Amino acid sequence: MGVSSKLGNLGVVTTTLEEAVNWGRTGAMWPLLFGLACCAIEMMSTQASHYDMSRFGMELNRASPRQADLIIVAGRVTRKMAPVIRQLYDQMPHPKWVVSMGDCASCGGVYNNYAIVQGVDEIIPVDVYVAGCPPRPEQLIHGIMTLHEKVRGERITDWAN
Amino acid sequence: MEIAKALNPEQALRDAHPAALVGVKTFRDELTLVIDPAHIVTVAEFMRNTPGLLFNYLSDISAVDYYPEDTRPGRFGISYHIYSMLYNRRIRLKVFLQDEEPTVDTVTGVWSAANWLEREIYDMMGITFTGHPDLRRLLMPEDWDGHPHRRDYPLGYETVQFSFNAEDIMKHKPFAKE
Amino acid sequence: MATAEPKTQTGQLETWQGDVEALRGLVSERAMTGETMLLNMGPHHPSTHGVLRLLLELDGEEIVTCLPDVGFLHTGIEKNIEAKTYEKAVTLTDRMDYLSPMSNNMAFCLAVEKLVDLDVPERAQVIRVMCLELARVASHLVWLGTHALDMGAMSVFLYAFREREKILEMFESISGQRMMGSYIRPGGVWRDLTPDFLPSVERFLSEFPAIIGDYEALLTKNPIWLDRTQGIGVIEPEEALDLGMSGPSLRGSGVNWDIRKAMPYSGYEQYEFTVPLGEHGDVYDRFLIRIQEMRESLKIIRQAIDRLPDGPFRSNNRKFVPPPRSELGQSMEAVIHHFKLWTEGFSAPDEEVYVSIESPRGEIGCYLHGTGGNKPRRVHFKTPSFMHISALGKICQQYLIADVVAIIGSVDIVLGDCDR
Repeated sequence: MGVSSKLGNLGVVTTTLEEAVNWGRTGAMWPLLFGLACCAIEMMSTQASHYDMSRFGMELNRASPRQADLIIVAGRVTRKMAPVIRQLYDQMPHPKWVVSMGDCASCGGVYNNYAIVQGVDEIIPVDVYVAGCPPRPEQLIHGIMTLHEKVRGERITDWAN
Repeated sequence: MEIAKALNPEQALRDAHPAALVGVKTFRDELTLVIDPAHIVTVAEFMRNTPGLLFNYLSDISAVDYYPEDTRPGRFGISYHIYSMLYNRRIRLKVFLQDEEPTVDTVTGVWSAANWLEREIYDMMGITFTGHPDLRRLLMPEDWDGHPHRRDYPLGYETVQFSFNAEDIMKHKPFAKE
Repeated sequence: MATAEPKTQTGQLETWQGDVEALRGLVSERAMTGETMLLNMGPHHPSTHGVLRLLLELDGEEIVTCLPDVGFLHTGIEKNIEAKTYEKAVTLTDRMDYLSPMSNNMAFCLAVEKLVDLDVPERAQVIRVMCLELARVASHLVWLGTHALDMGAMSVFLYAFREREKILEMFESISGQRMMGSYIRPGGVWRDLTPDFLPSVERFLSEFPAIIGDYEALLTKNPIWLDRTQGIGVIEPEEALDLGMSGPSLRGSGVNWDIRKAMPYSGYEQYEFTVPLGEHGDVYDRFLIRIQEMRESLKIIRQAIDRLPDGPFRSNNRKFVPPPRSELGQSMEAVIHHFKLWTEGFSAPDEEVYVSIESPRGEIGCYLHGTGGNKPRRVHFKTPSFMHISALGKICQQYLIADVVAIIGSVDIVLGDCDR
């Protein structure tokens, strides 16, 4: 009913399977409710009223990794935390993406020392790096837009792998 | 309730436990009483419970490593910053410990706040507190080697990536797999 | 099976899945037989306060033992500062308690100033007070939002962050960064106030009291909120002191100890404000106190604006404070000082000092030991969150598991502050 009447007005839409799926994936990419340090506060700002990440279908943070599509590593990754992050990542179902938010998560930042892993990419594969200490919410949104662009470019042949 | 007159901590300690007091120092109006490590619990109890002193709040315990200089009586120094709510003043008790197996008695029985502060020092400086109820590592993973805040422990510096050495570093960087 | 040990790809053993035998003496004997349940909460958990792991021993829903495990955010800041000159180290202190970076700057700068005996001009002191109180409001707003979010009240979070953005914009205008401004430096502040700072503070001061009223309308008499908070997490004043608690969490139990009053720094003795106190020492009282503290902070900011004098915003002592840019083109001496300070830094005596300030969470103490050279021998921060997490085990006993998040929120912990 609703669908057919709408379709009647719009005519027929044709698309490829890839585009339809990728559109769906970018439209509701739920992040994991996971914050580490200072960047997590900026991530919260991004989700709160002023910057409002729900514009991109990301208002819902899932506390369980089983229900999340995206993990935003927001903050410094310590040697003690590293195995935990790996396990969280392993628990997430495919397809999954990783945004490394901030200098500390991307390369160790100012903490070139014994306690900090020099980049979360030593533990989990990262799709998008966001620079800044901490990045502004606009920067994080830009990082997520970049990720969306990447997802939209995925091909059906890649999914098989 | 009658409030006892404030006592001079140095004088009071000298009168009550003359053997415990090793030295006195004042720097920028901060009074430091250097205590013999064997007497630290006695002194702590004295400072906390004597009317006129009543240092009832333990602000901080900090350890410092004097490696490699040896002009001081010991390699490690532990500063207890204690505060008296009633008389609104803070003093520092200081003990010096030797390099080999630095050990001192715990003050958790006097101020419960010492529990985690001492655990942190055990973790970071490798100083053992005898009689501590729960002496485990606090901040570092349990299987960690060494005590990071000692001066002879390296900071753990990795080569910083610039454009001239970027490729070389990227070759060896242990990237994670899917 | 010999190969059954669970290993991650980093090769580290999954040590957080410890076995029960290792906990003998820490949990009750009943846990050994399986009569009570051991539940691991964290380090990744839905409560929005950072990577804290709690090992709970439960009898039904009641908590028998609560063992906090921290260190998942241990960053080695203290060790890193030992490798930096005094001025450079300020940037690292920002990142400890990331909800109120200004307080950390302040504690460290006060310690440095005490160690080298450096004066701070009047204008800088007033600017510092203004920034500290704005930071207090911003920090309490994050606390309010997340604390309410933990208890299921989503809308407060959205309101609180709307107001916080305004404060962050003010900080951005004076320091160039929203959060980690490193604005407070040894000898004063980094730059003078920008022209748009005071008008925006004025606007904030006029709007904000009504907005606090909105928050209170949402929560203070809300029956769900009262049920979740009243009579929960009670801590007696003697016990709170013994455990080393400080700040609003200590004052919630009725202990009148505010470092701004007891040992004033930066001219706090010249401001008129009251220190709100609780009666019952429960979650609800700690909530009321923080709300009231925001109002008091506004009063202090108002007085600071009124008394803001003209004059230098940084000390003129060129041995410790770099000269302004305008002097560099005219004076050879200024160039030498500039060069010396930005390459080598200044030297501090081989002595120790301890300074503490009242941060939004409680007493931040900075223990600083110089070497006689340009880098410190040892810096140690006594942080309020550290003491509060160590006290969590005591506070949580005998309450239900659903109350744990309420208690964690009410003592207002920040894990970066705790682990450093």
